[in-house]
Amino acid sequence: MALDDVQVAFRLAGGGTYTAVERASLRVADGEFVAIVGPTGCGKSTLLNIAAGLLAPAAGTVDIFGAPLTTLNRQAGYLFQADALFPWKTALENVAIGLETAGTPVSEARPRAHEWLKRVGLGAFGDRYPHMLSGGQRKRVGLAQVLIRDPKILLMDEPFGPLDAQTRQIMGNLLLDLWNADRKAVLFVTHDLEEAIALSDRVVIMSAGPAAHIIGDWQVPLKRPRDISEVKLDEAFHDLHRDIWHKLKAEVVKGYAMTEGA
Amino acid sequence: MSRVSLLSLQILVAIVTLALWYVLSSYPIFGHVVLPPFFFSNPIDVGNQVVAWFASGVIWKHLWVTLEESILAFIIGSIGGVGVGFWFARQPRTAAVFDPYVKMVNALPRVVLAPIFTLWLGLGIWSKVALGVTLVFFIVFFNVYQGVKEVSPTVLANARMLGMNERQLMRHVYWPSALSWMFSSLHTSVGFAVVGAVVGEYLGSAAGLGYLIQQAEGVFDVAGVFAGMFVLAAFVIVIDAVVSLIEKRLLVWRPEVTGSQA
Repeated sequence: MALDDVQVAFRLAGGGTYTAVERASLRVADGEFVAIVGPTGCGKSTLLNIAAGLLAPAAGTVDIFGAPLTTLNRQAGYLFQADALFPWKTALENVAIGLETAGTPVSEARPRAHEWLKRVGLGAFGDRYPHMLSGGQRKRVGLAQVLIRDPKILLMDEPFGPLDAQTRQIMGNLLLDLWNADRKAVLFVTHDLEEAIALSDRVVIMSAGPAAHIIGDWQVPLKRPRDISEVKLDEAFHDLHRDIWHKLKAEVVKGYAMTEGA
Repeated sequence: MSRVSLLSLQILVAIVTLALWYVLSSYPIFGHVVLPPFFFSNPIDVGNQVVAWFASGVIWKHLWVTLEESILAFIIGSIGGVGVGFWFARQPRTAAVFDPYVKMVNALPRVVLAPIFTLWLGLGIWSKVALGVTLVFFIVFFNVYQGVKEVSPTVLANARMLGMNERQLMRHVYWPSALSWMFSSLHTSVGFAVVGAVVGEYLGSAAGLGYLIQQAEGVFDVAGVFAGMFVLAAFVIVIDAVVSLIEKRLLVWRPEVTGSQA
């Protein structure tokens, strides 16, 4: 997956344009787990929406497996930050729907959905509606909903953002387990640097907006398979965290100044 | 408050009201009767009238006519409201063109339409159904319109990423969302269907609860008017209970809104 010189501009209500992302280029290899980190409002999510085809770039191109992306990215699965489950469907129906839309008969989709619910540890919760589940459980259902379609690319927009620290750690490990079983290209957006390093192969840093761009790209020299709580005790983890934070801090401060001023 | 004590208090209110009514309309206080029986009747006479109606069986015919009109008005108004609501929500340009006329018709007090409907459709049930339809239609229409418009953008984006085409979006996203809005207004729209039927009957008909009340009023039979009102109130309570039952079945996926009743 490659994003080349992507630029995103929004037309403002009062006329004029707001450039959210300026000439960002990013390549994600097959099976690579890349995290994007940046201060609030830097356009991380925008970049993800472009990779998903939900948003068209004002300039630049997006290539998916060598072919330019013109419509919705059919190869990608997208895990959203906000609740995106269908509230009127049970957990099982929510997971099965991605198969059913692709033409799989219900009788076949439901058992497979049940398998996936079991894999995310919710085998007994198939008949619950989303509002009966906790935030963490909803994210698990969301993960199963996306992964059951076996997307080649996984896009994740601060998926564990609204969860508490313990649940985040458990969800992170669950994600790594599932990803290890079948390595997909992952683009993971977060504002949490520790989470980014612990999960990914590469960490990309974005500058504060407007006209945000990519200002850093680090390889993560940690072995796999990893356990999130253990990896955080690793010496290499600390060195890398210090390096990246040094660069990120300036941007975060800039980002704050911007929002404070506004 | 426990159910038993709540129920006994509710019954107490009825008893006190009836007792006050009886005393004030039967016994002179400081030389004159506060509620002259000619204008206010008294609970005994009203009760006798209700019993007489049920004992002779005449009431069933009128109840049936009113029920029939209400159900027809509800069904026709709902189908129209759902259809037009969907259409306008998906075709913003059509909606914009018709917007002032929708507002104009909705602002019109519907009672003024009753004579026209009587002229067009006669004194039978259809002129009452038509009046009910004009009331139900707008409630359902506005709710469905809102329901389709206010689908969460995240849920919509998720649905598209899960591979839904336009038809599947309709079925799995817009339709359930619109229905949930429509059902949340079920009590109101059913209530208005009854209002349409009864007002129509009152203004000119040969059967129904409204007719019964109008007839009693015509001969200064105040007990008859009150008896008609009580039967109508009981009728509405029964219908409302049925609607609550249906609502509970259809909206299982929704969190309980009445959280105060612990």
